[in-house]
Amino acid sequence: MKILVPISKVPDTTSKIAFTDGDSKFNEEGIQWIVNPYDEWYALVRALELVEAGGGTVTVINVGDATSDPVIRKALALGAHEAVRVDVNPADSYVIAKEISAYAADKGFDMVLLGKETISYNGSEVGGMLAEFMNLPYISLASKLEVNGDTATLDRTTEGGVEVVEVKLPLVASANKGMAEQRIPNMRGIMAARSKPLTVVAASGGAEAKTSYVKYGLPAPKSAVKLVDPENMDELVNLLHTEAKSI
Amino acid sequence: MSVLIVVDTKNGEVKKSSLEAAQYGAKVAASIGGEAVALSLNASNAEVLGTVGVNKVLNVTDSSVSASDPQKVVAAIVAAANQVGAKVVVFAHDSTGKAVAPRLSAKSGAGLVTNVTSLPDTASGFVVSKNVFSGKAHAHVNILSDEKIVSILPNAFGLAAGEGSASVEDFAVDVSGISSGITVKAVKGGNSDVVPLPEAELVVSAGRGLKGPENWGMVEEMAGILGATTACSRPVADIGWRPHHEHVGQTGVAIRPNLYIAIGISGAIQHLAGVNGSKVIVVINKDPEAPFFKAADYGVVGDAFEVVPRLNEALRKFKAANG
Ligand SMILES: Cc1cc2nc3c(=O)[nH]c(=O)nc-3n(C[C@H](O)[C@H](O)[C@H](O)COP(=O)(O)OP(=O)(O)OC[C@H]3O[C@@H](n4cnc5c(N)ncnc54)[C@H](O)[C@@H]3O)c2cc1C
Repeated sequence: MKILVPISKVPDTTSKIAFTDGDSKFNEEGIQWIVNPYDEWYALVRALELVEAGGGTVTVINVGDATSDPVIRKALALGAHEAVRVDVNPADSYVIAKEISAYAADKGFDMVLLGKETISYNGSEVGGMLAEFMNLPYISLASKLEVNGDTATLDRTTEGGVEVVEVKLPLVASANKGMAEQRIPNMRGIMAARSKPLTVVAASGGAEAKTSYVKYGLPAPKSAVKLVDPENMDELVNLLHTEAKSI
Repeated sequence: MSVLIVVDTKNGEVKKSSLEAAQYGAKVAASIGGEAVALSLNASNAEVLGTVGVNKVLNVTDSSVSASDPQKVVAAIVAAANQVGAKVVVFAHDSTGKAVAPRLSAKSGAGLVTNVTSLPDTASGFVVSKNVFSGKAHAHVNILSDEKIVSILPNAFGLAAGEGSASVEDFAVDVSGISSGITVKAVKGGNSDVVPLPEAELVVSAGRGLKGPENWGMVEEMAGILGATTACSRPVADIGWRPHHEHVGQTGVAIRPNLYIAIGISGAIQHLAGVNGSKVIVVINKDPEAPFFKAADYGVVGDAFEVVPRLNEALRKFKAANG
């Protein structure tokens, strides 16, 4: 089985979020970059498990400039067989999906598996767009994925439950928590990653961005906490009712 | 020029997140001087959409057109959008919006913004706010294409139902030519009375401070008294004390309830990212230095095993007095 796993580069979850250039750009100074957790922990690990069990290859793909290379190596260290980077700094999800579909079009992947969203732009957009561009079925928010021959069975998360769906390969699916367990790369994997192929391809340039990020902002600071005597929970209930009006 | 709102249903009833999307779409329609038309998927109570300002409902009555099979929904949306001349399509950013909106964007070439938290500013372009960095920041995004798609964050806009009414007509769409091959084998959960986390207005959440899964009784009791939904921190789900779908935070479910009560949770940055959109936050923690107190509106410094039973008692008394 040939599986393609698109991965994104995102700021480490402990990063201080700040903006520059009149709040028009994310301030990358001092930022540690990681593989987007949904891509890494669930999509990539599940892809590796499937290939470990049934044979095949896992290719990771990133649309980005050379600053993505360290996180791509991390994915290789976890066990991906090869990596592709489409060399363009994408302006939005539409461009990313278009570039991935341009690369994948003639490669015969059985499955494209990616995280349900990035923890940076929280779009949940690339998977669905990619499926449409590639004319494949799309199963979003999958918390479980099994493959049997040419048929996949997935749990699609809905509000408060799951829907078990069956579909023939090839397909595009986005991974939700539950699909796999996070893995930590070992020394052997890290060494092996250095010699695995990371192919840089030129962008197809087939799409213009549909959206433009104009300005960023931070939420208004919270006012100081009001402490309530732990002996007096009637007081807390009263505050929640009369002051906060939340019960 | 009209606004088309995609409305999904659960057990035949319009989803709450869809009702919010419909209200949003009606406001956009009013601001650009157009009609608000809803495309509902197999709704038995489509007329409710009139109460949030929708003028007309096109109700699909073909159960194969559902979010399980996004390609069919996209076909229905394209047909409806052409029929009513829609320039803006509105979704709720729920499991349906996430499955369908990106496909529609790729098919139509209309720009998409998800997680939207504001009405569009049309003074120069079509600019909406969205949450980024899991709620640690927001961005203003301009949609450059002529046709626009927005998917709005659940619980970001309060619902205010009015007196309006909408005409409802059946909408026939031929999806027989579309075969994505997706078949639904089973549906699990989702039928209980508990409000799903992304839609919940009251959430009671607990973390590693509770020591073990056997101590969740008092948390569930509080949720029961309030009619709240339960949640948890990530390690609690990872070690299997609670189910994965209860995990809130940057790598779990993002929530925006009216009230979030956090018990024995330290308030790590990744946890806060998914819950800091809550309108009111109550933190119960025995450590006065717990970072969560900095993000809280009300704090109780104390042992959860003493405070929570006391709070449950006070809540019960309050409910008995206030119905
Ligand atoms: C990449 C990444 C992503 C992550 N994503 C998430 C996420 O999405 N959501 C998430 O929650 N975490 C996430 N985490 C984990 C996060 O960093 C914290 O480790 C986690 O939130 C801590 O959970 P906790 O507060 O339950 O436990 P702890 O940090 O152990 O805190 C327990 C708290 O309980 C208090 N306590 C103990 N006993 C009592 C008592 N008897 N009464 C009252 N209080 C008591 C303690 O004072 C303490 O504050 C992520 C981490 C990483 C690295």
